[in-house]
Amino acid sequence: MTPEEVVGRLGSGMTIGIGGWGSRRKPMALVRALLRSDLTDLTVVSYGGPDVGLLAAAGKIRKLVTAFTTLDSIPLEPHFVAARQRGAFELVELDEAMVMWGLTAAVHRLPFMPIRAGLASDVMTVNPSLRTITSPYADREELVAVPALRLDAALVHLNRADTHGNGQYLGPDPYFDDLFCEAADAAYVSCERIVETPELLKDTGPQSLLLKRAFVDGVVETPNGAHFTSCAPDYDRDEAFQRAYVKAARDPEAWREFTARFLSGDEDAYQAAVAAFHEEEA
Amino acid sequence: MSGTDTTTTAGTATRAEYCVLACAEAWRDAGEILASPMGTVPMIGARLAKLTFSPDLLLTDGEARLIADVPAIGAAPRVVEGWLPYRQHLALVTTGRRHVMMGASQIDRYGNQNISCIGDWAQPKRQLLGVRGAPVNTLNNPTSYWIPKHSTRVFVERVDMVCGVGHDRAAAAGPSASRYHRLSDVISDLGVFDFETPERTMRLRSLHPGVTVEEVVAATGFALTVPDDVPYTREPTAEELRLIREEIDPKGLRDREVPS
Repeated sequence: MTPEEVVGRLGSGMTIGIGGWGSRRKPMALVRALLRSDLTDLTVVSYGGPDVGLLAAAGKIRKLVTAFTTLDSIPLEPHFVAARQRGAFELVELDEAMVMWGLTAAVHRLPFMPIRAGLASDVMTVNPSLRTITSPYADREELVAVPALRLDAALVHLNRADTHGNGQYLGPDPYFDDLFCEAADAAYVSCERIVETPELLKDTGPQSLLLKRAFVDGVVETPNGAHFTSCAPDYDRDEAFQRAYVKAARDPEAWREFTARFLSGDEDAYQAAVAAFHEEEA
Repeated sequence: MSGTDTTTTAGTATRAEYCVLACAEAWRDAGEILASPMGTVPMIGARLAKLTFSPDLLLTDGEARLIADVPAIGAAPRVVEGWLPYRQHLALVTTGRRHVMMGASQIDRYGNQNISCIGDWAQPKRQLLGVRGAPVNTLNNPTSYWIPKHSTRVFVERVDMVCGVGHDRAAAAGPSASRYHRLSDVISDLGVFDFETPERTMRLRSLHPGVTVEEVVAATGFALTVPDDVPYTREPTAEELRLIREEIDPKGLRDREVPS
């Protein structure tokens, strides 16, 4: 598939989960394709990074479900900050373990999961629909019932995949990409390189095979497709570019220039513009 | 009023080094648990604790690896002893075998902490990180806080959003919330604080040498319990100073967080 074909399968108003974590292994090529589309009114579930920032800046988000949004080496995501400060979308702010258990409940086809986290915090206050549940056993503990975070679609980026949707991560952390895919009615995987199935385990063990093809509906080869987030061991975060992104995001005129330069063409144009950016910086 | 032991001098340690020492002390006698320091000074402190009085601590590389050696800040570990991706880290939190030291954009006298936003949550004046893992941390494992610039903007009467749970909120929410809730130390550039009062409110435990009680009270936006005799934060040993300066933080990154 192409990124455009993936986005062609999505619809406005959908609940879309985005894999990765902060500014790490985000499916940025697919996010860029979303930016080029006329999709809108999205509910986004994400351990937020620049995916959230870019979609917020483009006015694509109606509701965001997250525990944080960060660029890691730069703590605050400027577009997320600006969007929140102008009240641009509805926020469901959950603890990061609550997001994991919400996705897990959806994977298990359960309505909720009991969890201690959230009790006594303002997560309960700002989410008045959250309910607690009392243990039926002798302890009678009262715990938070985190509702299932069922997704219409999931977008994730991995290091390798075959054309059938068997997906492989080669870095130190799988993040929660398998949960996102299994919690979704349809999951789309971009990867650095599509390989033949026998190639997947040439250099590493079966535990690197994070995604099973039964839970993947489309595979896209997008080299450098997590840029500017990290995609270890294929590449690290592009810190220089991320700094340029943040600088531009803080000023409307600079952001217009950034958009014109990097986000007005297709993925090939983006990658060419990034290469030119680095030639200039060198 | 000033620190009671006015004869103590600042010696040769810098303010940042007292802060490192105070952070390290948070992990004294912690045993074989994960130390999760957030911020440069707590990270140096955790490594100092491991190299001296708490050798069984587990440390990470800041990402998904448990490291067996204690490299300098910013240097790669030589030996990896375990794997701790985010999902396992979140699970480890709920086992309680972890002591985290988080930052705080705001903290109140009961230890409620905010890193989410300033102002009205619905449309904040300043959006910050979000709650992150503060709710799960504070309800499950020992939690301390590191505040590099002690001021009335941070030490406030009421936090704008409770991310990390304080004593009053944990008690009010019942046994499930308070069962594993344990706030340990609050360490700032001015001193060390705890919650050892009958109401579990913040108390000044020690002043870093060179700091006065008046300074601390003026920089704190709520009524702080100040004992009659406030000791100074202890002096580092010569070996601790050597470890900080030569082994753990030879580039002096601690001074960027706490200028002398």
